[in-house]
Amino acid sequence: MIIFSLMAVTSRRILRAAVYLLFALAGTAALYFMIDYQFLAAVQLIVYAGGIVVLIIFSILLTTHINEKLEKPAPGKVFITAVLALGGFVLTVYALTQHNFVVSDLPQTEATVSHIGEKLLGYGEGGYVLPFEVISILLLAAMIGAIVIAKRKASDS
Amino acid sequence: MKWLYDFSYLTRAIHEGLSARFEPGTVVILEMVLVGITFMLLFALLGLVLVYAERKVSAVIQQRLGPMRVGKWGTAQTLADVIKLLLKEPLINKDADKFLFNLAPFVIMIAAFMAIAALPFAKGLHAIDFDIGILYVAAVSSLGVIGILLAGWSSNNKYSLIGAMRAGAQIISYELSVALSLLTIVVLTGSLQFSTIVESQADGWWIFKGHIPAMIAFVIFLIASTAETNRGPFDLAEAESELTAGFHTEYSGLKFAFFFLAEFANMFIVAGIGATVFLGGWMPFHIGSWEGFNAVMDFIPPIFWFFGKVGFMIFLMMWFRWTFPRLRIDQLLTLEWKYLLPINLMNIVLMAFLSLMGWHF
Repeated sequence: MIIFSLMAVTSRRILRAAVYLLFALAGTAALYFMIDYQFLAAVQLIVYAGGIVVLIIFSILLTTHINEKLEKPAPGKVFITAVLALGGFVLTVYALTQHNFVVSDLPQTEATVSHIGEKLLGYGEGGYVLPFEVISILLLAAMIGAIVIAKRKASDS
Repeated sequence: MKWLYDFSYLTRAIHEGLSARFEPGTVVILEMVLVGITFMLLFALLGLVLVYAERKVSAVIQQRLGPMRVGKWGTAQTLADVIKLLLKEPLINKDADKFLFNLAPFVIMIAAFMAIAALPFAKGLHAIDFDIGILYVAAVSSLGVIGILLAGWSSNNKYSLIGAMRAGAQIISYELSVALSLLTIVVLTGSLQFSTIVESQADGWWIFKGHIPAMIAFVIFLIASTAETNRGPFDLAEAESELTAGFHTEYSGLKFAFFFLAEFANMFIVAGIGATVFLGGWMPFHIGSWEGFNAVMDFIPPIFWFFGKVGFMIFLMMWFRWTFPRLRIDQLLTLEWKYLLPINLMNIVLMAFLSLMGWHF
């Protein structure tokens, strides 16, 4: 997964980069499967692999030619990003090693679809119905916005 | 004969036999290999049978005889075709992106393999029984489209590219209808797990128990799944008169065979899901209180029921292909976005209302 992420950033052919990104995301889904959290794994596959990567590939298909190669970025930029990335990595590792993980003695709850659904639409204790509705309104606004933008372009041309 | 009705005897026997000889870790790996080999054999066999069936069905519809020369009634024709495909030279054009060109057929096949793993073939004959069965199948089958897009792009050929774009647009839009029509039944079952869905149909299939909305959902599922597998009348992704062969124009030999096999494998998977969700999977056909009739139906082993129903669904899809004219791309997208999707959404609300009032059986 790490190798594929690195290749996604370093590949100079843009579609190959997208495919490496797909592998990295599928690897994440596989990790979720391995810890038996199947719902999240399937959502990861649908949203990232099936949705976002397909969208990226589609836009690449529409905009670039097969023989195109990306220019090599300037060495200064490479250096700065590498330092920043390394800094972030070191910081994360430091935080992880310093944190004292406590083994929880709570009973293990099963994360089945019905549990998730009941929590998501529950308005009692620990229910998430308000965030759910707020997010759905946000999504609706985004969709209407996308339609409006697409329509205006069509009438201009 | 007991194992024919309940495959858990067979699978348990295999598991115990392996556990007696190997360590637990090795047993898991061996069982995975065993399942993999079984599915590979199943796919190879399906390819042979379905190609022959397709040619014969199309021949009957067009009042021809179809393949007749090789073997009795031409039954060995597909075998001969397979040998021909295996002996062909695998060509790669000079300016193709070789890595992606070689990767694309495998992406499609992997998606097909992952999807078929969740199908329940008979009682106890089930590779993985996920709690999220239908969601899982929807997730992995959405990976197949990436293979098609990659194949079209990496061939460096305008026909391939146009074919891939059409296939991509088509599959992404029709995926919605397939998922929503399945959700209509999930409203009734209250579970995404395939084994639970099959169990809930012991006293009648959902297409009968859910009556009107279930029928509407079934028709939408048939249309949308035919479109999702890129088959006629929605096969404009490979419309041979305009695009030669669409996204797999540049492929030859074994890699072409992979695309061909994946098409039939996807058809089988879609038919299998439809049969499981709407037609009761491996559950026999029962009518209310006709004890004698039900007993006779129970006598037929579940695996025959499953393959019979899948065969029926596949026959319907072949019938579509050879009797309807091909749609244009704008007609295709209009059909999905302006008709199927609104009907589908309305249908789900209707089904939820029905289920709330308890008006289903």
